[in-house]
Amino acid sequence: MSIGSWLRDHPRMLERAYGSTKSLFQKLDPVIKRIGYERVNRWIAGPEDWSKRLAFDCKMCGQCVLHSTGMTCSMSCPKNLRNGACGGVRENGHCEVKPEMRCVWVEAFERSEKMGEWGQEISHIQPPVNRQLEGTSAWVNMLTGVDKEVPKGWVGINTIPVLEKSGGQS
Amino acid sequence: MIGEMKAGTNFERVLRAGHFAVTAELGPPDSSNPADVLHEIEVMGGAVDAYNATDASGAHCHMSSVAVSALTAQQGLDPILQISCRDKNRIAIQGDVLGAAALGVGNVLCLTGDDVTAGDQPQAKRVFDFDCMHLLRTLRIMRDKSMFLSGRPLTTAPKLFLGAASNPFAMPFDFRPIRLAKKIEAGADFIQTQYCFDIPRLKEYMKRVVDMGLHEKAFIMVGVGPMKGGRSAEFIRKNVPGVRIPDAVVDRLNAAPKGKKAEEGKKICVEMIQQAMEIEGISGAHIMAYKLEHQVPDIVKEAGLWPRPVVEPVEVAEQLPVASNGQG
Repeated sequence: MSIGSWLRDHPRMLERAYGSTKSLFQKLDPVIKRIGYERVNRWIAGPEDWSKRLAFDCKMCGQCVLHSTGMTCSMSCPKNLRNGACGGVRENGHCEVKPEMRCVWVEAFERSEKMGEWGQEISHIQPPVNRQLEGTSAWVNMLTGVDKEVPKGWVGINTIPVLEKSGGQS
Repeated sequence: MIGEMKAGTNFERVLRAGHFAVTAELGPPDSSNPADVLHEIEVMGGAVDAYNATDASGAHCHMSSVAVSALTAQQGLDPILQISCRDKNRIAIQGDVLGAAALGVGNVLCLTGDDVTAGDQPQAKRVFDFDCMHLLRTLRIMRDKSMFLSGRPLTTAPKLFLGAASNPFAMPFDFRPIRLAKKIEAGADFIQTQYCFDIPRLKEYMKRVVDMGLHEKAFIMVGVGPMKGGRSAEFIRKNVPGVRIPDAVVDRLNAAPKGKKAEEGKKICVEMIQQAMEIEGISGAHIMAYKLEHQVPDIVKEAGLWPRPVVEPVEVAEQLPVASNGQG
């Protein structure tokens, strides 16, 4: 088992790591702002790519929603589905496109159920991806807020809490 | 009348009047001859309320769904334009929808689409700029807010009855009703399911759907289809993504005497419709009779769904452009 898949099977731990990294970045924001977001992006995009690729098979979309998708990278779905799972999932729970791989969204759903804080966000509708952010640091984009910007027509409906998962039977 | 009329198409009127609706899939031709589309429609004998024009399903290229839909509309019949996110980005899709609406298309089925590797041109670039949720929401924005996704206003908004697909027969089962809720929230007015050969699984799914009240927010139609025989059923379940055919169905087809296999396949299809009609929350049947389109009239008649109801047209209010609403 690779480090990445071991890590991904411990979504609660990843969720905590995400929470603390997020607050660390938020605390450092004034410093990062002074250095310049673009400059910091150039410094950390590389290491971020390396570490997140190792842990999540990250595709550097630049607008990370891992905590809303069971700490599973939705961009590693061959169809890049932000709102999966598609109807093509095989009987054994594997991917329609890559039969040897478990469906990213089957795993996302399973892992979201093991998460404490953000698990229910799997029922949110994720807005369309901003392709201009590809290859940039999602952490820096979080600080500038560009990762939350949506097309004008989409305003106000960026994520929709359809229902709380705990309300349904499992 | 159930709910507010969105496009006023024949299909929508039948559903909103409370009738059990019937739709069927038109196999688009590998030709540039419009007569081939008209022949296909003729074969169905007016036995359905609307005709789904597939968008390169299974990633196999055929005549475009916009063209097939327009040809159907020209005949005074009601097309359901299928749009897959596999081949077009958001710019192409929004333009296509305006064009289709201008040519008389009022129903649109929003799909993510089978992957390019399912087809005969696996070397193609997959697009998937949108997923079906984005597609639904964008078309709803065009219809209800009279603007493109970018916020740029439309001078005439398309009147659309929006649909999505659902596969109750694919994992993760517990997540499927939640995903359906998302599709309805995103904009789906009607749902067509993947082929159903497993009534107990459909019942289980629909129980969750009804508990969540989703059947009151969208019209849910069961997908069905006749199989030519055991061998073709095995081929389909092996090669068509997301289709589950239980062994019992394959065995039944295999056990049918030679020359009677297609008849048995049709019988199973009729039984599926009749059993699904008994399930709370099912509002119609969608027949996918791939290369067996001539069976559609018989299936509809044998299921007791003939003749099709006639529901008088109603006026649908124009959606005013939002240009003066402080946009831009």
